[in-house]
Amino acid sequence: MRPFGYLTPGDPAAAIAAVTGRTGAAFLAGGTNLVDLMKLGVAAPDLLVDVTGLLPDRIEPTAAGGLRIGAGVRNSDLAADPRVRAGYPVLARAVLAGASGQLRNMATVGGNLLQRTRCLYFQDVTKPCNKRDPGSGCPARAGDHRNLAILGGSPHCVATHPSDMAVALAALDAVAHVEGPAGPRVIPLGGLYRLPGDAPDRETTLERGDLITGVEIPPLACARNSAYRKVRDRASYAFAVVSVAAALDVADGRVRDARLAIGAVAPVPWRARAAERVLAGRPATAEWFGRAADAELAAAVPLPDNAFKVILARNVIVRMLCELAGAGS
Amino acid sequence: MLASVTTADDTSSELTLVVNGTAHRLRLDHRTTLLDALREHLGLTGTKKGCDHGQCGACTVLVGGRRVNSCLLLAVMTREAEVTTIEGLAGPDGGLHPLQAAFVERDALQCGYCTPGQICSATAMLGEAAAGWPSAASASVTGPIVLDPPEIRERMSGNLCRCGAYVNILAAITDVAGEAR
Repeated sequence: MRPFGYLTPGDPAAAIAAVTGRTGAAFLAGGTNLVDLMKLGVAAPDLLVDVTGLLPDRIEPTAAGGLRIGAGVRNSDLAADPRVRAGYPVLARAVLAGASGQLRNMATVGGNLLQRTRCLYFQDVTKPCNKRDPGSGCPARAGDHRNLAILGGSPHCVATHPSDMAVALAALDAVAHVEGPAGPRVIPLGGLYRLPGDAPDRETTLERGDLITGVEIPPLACARNSAYRKVRDRASYAFAVVSVAAALDVADGRVRDARLAIGAVAPVPWRARAAERVLAGRPATAEWFGRAADAELAAAVPLPDNAFKVILARNVIVRMLCELAGAGS
Repeated sequence: MLASVTTADDTSSELTLVVNGTAHRLRLDHRTTLLDALREHLGLTGTKKGCDHGQCGACTVLVGGRRVNSCLLLAVMTREAEVTTIEGLAGPDGGLHPLQAAFVERDALQCGYCTPGQICSATAMLGEAAAGWPSAASASVTGPIVLDPPEIRERMSGNLCRCGAYVNILAAITDVAGEAR
């Protein structure tokens, strides 16, 4: 690991200035991903700016009736919060589906959003990777891509975003509060992430020095009847093969409101808007849930070893919506 | 105590680590993880290095009472917190912590390498459950927590045991969870 400086600025402005002024600088929060990537040689900052002491670390109700979650809130505290558990079970479930008790105690909400992919080629500095080393190539298409993207990928990159939490936040229409050299701004979660295209090294719309200070989730009646399901190779403590975040409101046998996002299938947390459009006002039946899933997955471009994810995602979506329809009328 | 003021170009800091109630003043390269500080600088070798990537749990210690992977925490990040390691769990008279006693009673280990991490992890896990934190194995995220075997397995999934002593680890933790009720 390369030697590095370490600073603990007193406020966000000083932290932003420290990172903006130095190309090799990086924000440090929980460190569960960044420190690991530094050990692997994938990340090599020459200055860490520790923001754990200055990021908001509380969850507070908003005037609109939603929740504002400080970027410094630890994942374990987010999942344990009574308001999150009652009002947004999909979010509590998604966080609890990720990592281990130890890691959730360390990892922050802001850092979770900015996790790097777990693509094996990205994590192995002896291999080419367009994300880590732009222009070096991508061995995944012809190599190990079982866990990689079926939606939103490009010839240059088919890495998947690893977060569970972000999938739930995508379904909930969350927005990120960001401060940076250009001042504060609010970015809908869907606008925070970029598809790889021909520049897979640019994963977000954040600029150097931009710091996520919080996440806001709006009031959402259907979120009370919501769930997260994660399919993985082990029963616990593994990244998703496919995951689904869903919220459903059914009245008189028809879908009044539905929110759906899919994880581990794309370079970004994948909001399933095509499926949501099919569901709106339609009978809450397995047949229509299947049609909705098909509408979303019609855009899938699977590779030989991950084509199973298309069927798997469809099955998980249909099963979850059926369960939510049964419980939520 | 705060780390002494450093500039962006300093690659080490002087800091105080409070471990098992004792303050230690150290100058550490920023690359030093809490795990390496404990083992290499303070001689507290009870905490083990397994994967060194946050995947096995052998390095689990408590920071501010919470279980964490000490291999992914930079020591400089823990300068203001109370660290508790396996060496700090026993009573001042040397009496075993209830989980240590239960691991002995239930023969919950073979080689023993994962054991300090298992016990530190379980200590904090029992507190999390007592505080009502749900887990991925909980039937409801709003209901009461009952530490049945599926709950304990899920909550301890961050601690691997390559000898496969899980059956007896589960029994030992179940014993202590039952006493706590």
